Amino acid sequence: MTQVEVGLWAQLVLALATVSVAVLARPALRARLAGVGAAALGVAGAVTGVLALTGGQGRLVIPLALPVDPVVLSPTPLGGFFMVVAGAVGAVAAVYAIGYVHGPSASASSWAALATFLLGMQLVPAAADAVSFLLAWELMAAASTVLVLTEHRERLEVRSAALWYAVMTHLSFLLILLGFAVLAAAGHGTSFAAMSHVDPASASTSLAFVLLVLGFATKAGIVPMHVWLPRAHPAAPSHVSAVMSAAMVKMGVYGVLLVVLQLLPAGRPWWGLVLLAFGTVSAVYGILQASVATDLKRLLAYSTTENVGLMFLAIGAGVLLRSYGVVGPAEVAAGTALLLVASHAAFKTTLFLGAGSVLHATGLRDLDRLGGLGKRMPTTAATFGVGALGAAALPITCGFVAEWALLQSLIHGARPEDRLVAVVMPVAVAVVALTAGLALMTFVKAYGIAFLARPRGPEAGTAHEGPATMRVALVVSAVAVVGLGLVPGIMATAVVRAVGLGGIDVFGVAGLGLPGVGAALDPVALTGLALLVAIPVLVVTWRMARRRPSRPVDLAWGGGGVRVSPRMQYTATSYAEPLSRVFDDALRPERDLEITHAGESRYLVERVQFRQQLEDVVEVRAYVPAVRLVDRVGLAARRLQNGSIHRYLAYSFVALIAVLIVVSL
Amino acid sequence: MNGGAAALAVVQVVVMLVVSPLLVGLMRQTRARLEGRVGAGVLQPWRDLRKLAAKETLRASGTGWVSAAGPLVLVASGLLACALVPLVGAVPFVSVPDDLFVVVSVLLVGTVALALVGLDAGTAFGGMGSSRHMTIAALVEPTVLVAVYALSIPVGSSALSRIVLARIDDPASVASPVSLLALVALAIAVVAETGRLPVDNPSTHLELTMIHEAMVIESSGRDLGWLELGSWLRLGALLGLLGSLLVPWGVAQDAGVAAVLVGVVTLVLKLAVLGCVLAAAEVFVAKLRLFRVPELLAGSFVLAFLAVTASYLVVQAG
Repeated sequence: MTQVEVGLWAQLVLALATVSVAVLARPALRARLAGVGAAALGVAGAVTGVLALTGGQGRLVIPLALPVDPVVLSPTPLGGFFMVVAGAVGAVAAVYAIGYVHGPSASASSWAALATFLLGMQLVPAAADAVSFLLAWELMAAASTVLVLTEHRERLEVRSAALWYAVMTHLSFLLILLGFAVLAAAGHGTSFAAMSHVDPASASTSLAFVLLVLGFATKAGIVPMHVWLPRAHPAAPSHVSAVMSAAMVKMGVYGVLLVVLQLLPAGRPWWGLVLLAFGTVSAVYGILQASVATDLKRLLAYSTTENVGLMFLAIGAGVLLRSYGVVGPAEVAAGTALLLVASHAAFKTTLFLGAGSVLHATGLRDLDRLGGLGKRMPTTAATFGVGALGAAALPITCGFVAEWALLQSLIHGARPEDRLVAVVMPVAVAVVALTAGLALMTFVKAYGIAFLARPRGPEAGTAHEGPATMRVALVVSAVAVVGLGLVPGIMATAVVRAVGLGGIDVFGVAGLGLPGVGAALDPVALTGLALLVAIPVLVVTWRMARRRPSRPVDLAWGGGGVRVSPRMQYTATSYAEPLSRVFDDALRPERDLEITHAGESRYLVERVQFRQQLEDVVEVRAYVPAVRLVDRVGLAARRLQNGSIHRYLAYSFVALIAVLIVVSL
Repeated sequence: MNGGAAALAVVQVVVMLVVSPLLVGLMRQTRARLEGRVGAGVLQPWRDLRKLAAKETLRASGTGWVSAAGPLVLVASGLLACALVPLVGAVPFVSVPDDLFVVVSVLLVGTVALALVGLDAGTAFGGMGSSRHMTIAALVEPTVLVAVYALSIPVGSSALSRIVLARIDDPASVASPVSLLALVALAIAVVAETGRLPVDNPSTHLELTMIHEAMVIESSGRDLGWLELGSWLRLGALLGLLGSLLVPWGVAQDAGVAAVLVGVVTLVLKLAVLGCVLAAAEVFVAKLRLFRVPELLAGSFVLAFLAVTASYLVVQAG
């Protein structure tokens, strides 16, 4: 038995053990035991992933009682990378959950579902054929639906969120199933090896590509299939949101990479354009919605849509450039998608766990009622700050490195003779730049409103830091954000080499060199230089501070006096107000202004009421009519069933006649 | 780290530290004279800094480390930008390439620090300034990066020193339509980024139109001094960058003493001329309404985008 096989077995055994512990253990011990089990399961997944990534081979065949092919698990290096991401995120979230769970999220079913969810997610990238893939996928989807439903007794909106999630995730399953069916029919086999022999130019291959990409994009939260994300993430317990956002949606990205790198490597140009279009629209739409969101977890959910959009953009650029024979930048673009995956996993775990700590401490997700948490929750504030820097792609975090590499691959991809590419690439650069700018604003808002200034509500004023396990998990994930930002070269080089791409090598201490496009970045040296210029500033400040220390006064200048109440501060809504006005056409906020005049006067106003509501345009325009249509069809279909046994007998009789007629034809 | 580059970086940082307050003083003086006032003199920013350094620093109670660290981060980011951008000489570090994307990100760190300082005190004005500041920063970003893209195409690299050196070698490329479009776009972006008219009025006393001033309204003493110096350094670095791109001559190509001296002198001249032009232009324009600013920025984005597409089409025609 090879090491990889041991690792796969270990995951199965650990998952089974965790589920049994969750069900059997006393409630007082359950969180600790099941949490350790789930964390071990995550670690096992990550270790197996590392083994597969470094060339480890292994093949686990599990015969099923059903009359189908046995389940075959044999992770490729690409799958190994995603196993590492899923396992690491799962382990951190499980440790966090030990201290975080309370009420329904501490129940036996919730812990059992978490272990099942982690197992399913870690096995998806290990699957070597379509049937195993779909089984693992469904395990992941079903368990995560149970997890989203955790708090359905406490909050009514959870039920509707879970319904949306279940429908969308099964739509995704159906599309992927259809896509694999088309490929399997063309390739005469359900194994990925057989499928990769299909003719890339045939119409059925293109059909399979479209179906698969639509299916994976639905899971990845790409616009316009993103509607489940901003509902499911706020509904689920925070550790689950972290895993769903940082790891589960990546399985959609894994699926697309599986298609474009392994199954159908000879992509057509329009495939790249399709991916690019999905990516650009999602990136801009996602961050735009995030920048005006006031619910912290909803904001993070939309930011996930943005980040996954950037990954699709990178993959699409890679496919497009490769089909035009621009090899260097194409490889960098595809490798950048992997960098984006790793960096998003790190910072989004930090952010969701940080949002969980805020929720744990205050019971609030609404930014408009938070404020001043930095003083009361220093660990959460510091780690959330690091995560926010990562999401805003500022140096020296992983987000910055990934976005820098993405821009480099884009600006070097276009050549004058490829007119299409020469038009597409500037648009892509502009989109990346706009998303980077809006992400900056979004995360300054999220951090500044929640953690700085004065508490806007009583809950924020009495907040307190969570238990030690929560803080440990937060610190670990924040260290990953900075670590991947400071020394990205080692990880990036190992990963791109393992999956058979080139174009990235180690530069400087452990920076990123892109020889294919002639660019390099060494974050360690950049940090060193920054420290060198900062030291004199620090010394001067320190000497000035020693001579005249600063003095706190109640509202130094007050900007209007000492009578101001904390509710007069800028809130998240007012912070995003200029932006929502600028992007009025895209966001379409509903505004309602009601003025009551005093008596007969036209000039004296008694009361002014202003209401503004921001809804997801895509949801309102596309999904609400579709749901209404389905409802109407359902109501019409109800007329068929009126409870009369005579009528049902007549139906069977008609059906029988119809079958007989069809058979006789 | 190579010695020549390090020496040049030190020279650039020191020169910019000395010159950028003077640049602001010169701009204020130019404006005062054109408006028929006597003006406070070119040295006034330095006197202000000395005064602020000696004053007691008051902070609103409830503010945390952000109010203390934010001004320092702003200054450090400005200084780092001064060290990276080819102002006096175009000799890049081996391990820290003067990639324009990196420079933009370094400046953005300062932008974010300033915005957080604005929010920290918890007053309405600080939040208002911070919100407007970030909105403009978000909208400027596409223009800056696409303009960088346009400038990088002829050279095949986004490293600033290589762009500047290529311009010295081929002076005709400075006046090419592509380069001019990109530079105009970049200039508008710089005006927006440094809070000059018509985007923000640096000498405003009307709170409702403030952007930069609203953010620093709660700061005092050395905090305010650092914030002012940080913004002046940004202005100096960005104007200096425009100068190096527009008039690349005089930029030292090695770290020899004579070349560096020429570089320093030409840098000071370029900054003085650009500062006077900008100040003179500011006399004739009024501040735009905040919600008209996006239109200006969209215009500059279109210019940058045209520059990129034109550079591919022009090469194809040629």
